[in-house]
Amino acid sequence: MNNLDWLLQGFEQAATPMNLLYAVIGVLLGTAVGVLPGIGPAMTVALLLPITYNVSPSAAFIMFAGIFYGGMYGGSTTSILLNTPGESSSVITAIEGNKMAKAGRAAQALATAAIGSFVAGAIGTALLAAFAPPISRFAVTLGAPSYLAIMLFALVAVTAVLGASKLRGAISLFLGLAIGVVGIDFLTGQPRATFGIPQLSDGIDIVVIAVAIFALGEALWVAAHLRRRPADVIPVGRPWMGRDDWRRSWKPWLRGTAFGFPFGALPAGGAELPTFLSYITEKRLSKHKEEFGRGAIEGVAGPEAANNASAAGTLVPMLSLGLPTNATAAVMLTAFVSYGIQPGPTLFEKEPLLIWTLIASLFIGNLLLLVLNLPLAPLWAKLLRTPRPYLYAGILFFATLGALAVNVQALDLALLLVFGLLGLMMRRFGLPVLPLIIGVILGPRIERQLRQALQLADGNWGGLFTEPVAIVVYVLMAILLLMPLLLKLMHRSEESLLVVEDDRDQVEKAQA
Amino acid sequence: MTIVVGYSADPFGRAALEHGIAEAKLRGTTLRVINATPGDAYVDAGFAQTGEVHDIEERLTSCGVEFELIQPVGVDTAKELLKVMDDDAAELLVIGIRHRSPVGKLLLGSVSQQLLLECPKPVLAVKPDGF
Repeated sequence: MNNLDWLLQGFEQAATPMNLLYAVIGVLLGTAVGVLPGIGPAMTVALLLPITYNVSPSAAFIMFAGIFYGGMYGGSTTSILLNTPGESSSVITAIEGNKMAKAGRAAQALATAAIGSFVAGAIGTALLAAFAPPISRFAVTLGAPSYLAIMLFALVAVTAVLGASKLRGAISLFLGLAIGVVGIDFLTGQPRATFGIPQLSDGIDIVVIAVAIFALGEALWVAAHLRRRPADVIPVGRPWMGRDDWRRSWKPWLRGTAFGFPFGALPAGGAELPTFLSYITEKRLSKHKEEFGRGAIEGVAGPEAANNASAAGTLVPMLSLGLPTNATAAVMLTAFVSYGIQPGPTLFEKEPLLIWTLIASLFIGNLLLLVLNLPLAPLWAKLLRTPRPYLYAGILFFATLGALAVNVQALDLALLLVFGLLGLMMRRFGLPVLPLIIGVILGPRIERQLRQALQLADGNWGGLFTEPVAIVVYVLMAILLLMPLLLKLMHRSEESLLVVEDDRDQVEKAQA
Repeated sequence: MTIVVGYSADPFGRAALEHGIAEAKLRGTTLRVINATPGDAYVDAGFAQTGEVHDIEERLTSCGVEFELIQPVGVDTAKELLKVMDDDAAELLVIGIRHRSPVGKLLLGSVSQQLLLECPKPVLAVKPDGF
């Protein structure tokens, strides 16, 4: 069967009433958590991992896909109405979006964000369907050395490129790799870092770690900063756009998509960089340059499209190579493991129907989001009035339930608490959590590939550089690491200017 | 002596403010306007933002009564008002009251009810016109 047939089959599977219900639950839940600052799609998917024990894989992934896309939509609503980005990827949207809202154009800002997200999501998902299968077909032919190189590249990229500090990223990564080491060595059968506790010999369950780091850590962090001055939310009616807004929005949508998708698809992508690039491009190309900084619609349309296209892009390495490059994809990958499905290049061959159902449900979820988000925007804004103690009490409850449900053993609760405190400390000291979770997931797989490659080469390290793909990837890795140094030597980039401007804005807001 | 107004950024709070001003003029006392928030939600509709604070200050200045406007954050609204009423100079508490469903009261409690029952000094409970 060719890809289009599979996609149609996926639609058939995704469009059953039961699966549509899961899709609706997913997008509603996703938007809700996206709207609330601090709670993200990664945390939500982590909290919902226990449902994988009694819900069919396709239903669970349809829901997770809805949460994934919904989180992106929700984040933009908060950015625009509250000037507090719900997600890190909607920071740029807040710059122009909130200014637009303050100038009484909240409805247009929300509309261009929602429709732009839809356009970018639809194009991005189509590109995903087109690119992921050939990449996976190519990846299957790669040997252990190449696969090892690609995974190392993802680790280095996530650690060194995303986030402000390389040192903090590396600390977080090595914490994750250390956690991944716990358990019985798969080659020699020796227990490693199990401290004589028999329950640890299977390793620490990834669900426990994901829930602890994303849910418990965040909840404790918020609990430590519970009381603060309420912000001013800008009242809004139903989002709509005039003809002029359409004319000014459609090009930024397409350009934003073009920025977002490749960045998301690269293991080093993330959503922050493409949203920023889209913003400065729109600023440069706009016929209304004077409006930038005072609420230009192009500055909302472009970055918001880039944000969603990159979300679709991150699914390319996840589905074709089993490489997660953002937190939500990482947690979704643990769901695959939880179903006993080995994520990796063979996914399209072994589980074609599941994968194509997931892709089809992305199209459906994207449409549902547009239909739901336009009329419901005022309601989402009301969600911000929820007192945080209620919210976080619920999160803690579900986190504990989820961790206990994994193996029904008390040790997991102790581990939940330990890693939850680790998550709190990481937030306290500004360590990014993404490298940790990626380290936990990829660490054992990298070890396996490394030892396989070394075994094949009779313990000769030169065997790691026998495949051309591996060498190319190592060269790219070196360039990636050296590039910041080169950029530093060049003149001050426009990026630093914008960051300073944004910081000042935040300080003013804090003082007001 | 002083009159305390429990203010919230809605018609009920504004009604309380107007009655507080009238009462302060009548008794020749000062006015203390309290707009407290527990600060546990990202948005609190009852908390007056910069623009509204400006309007209140203008209104109070124009009416000629000596006043003080404070906005405590991170406190229980009822407890904060009761604490202010403990002051010997505080003579009367003015609040705006509204209909609440039994379920709503059960879930969220009622600040007005707590104040009416627990405040040791007289409480003037008012409603905006048309309610």
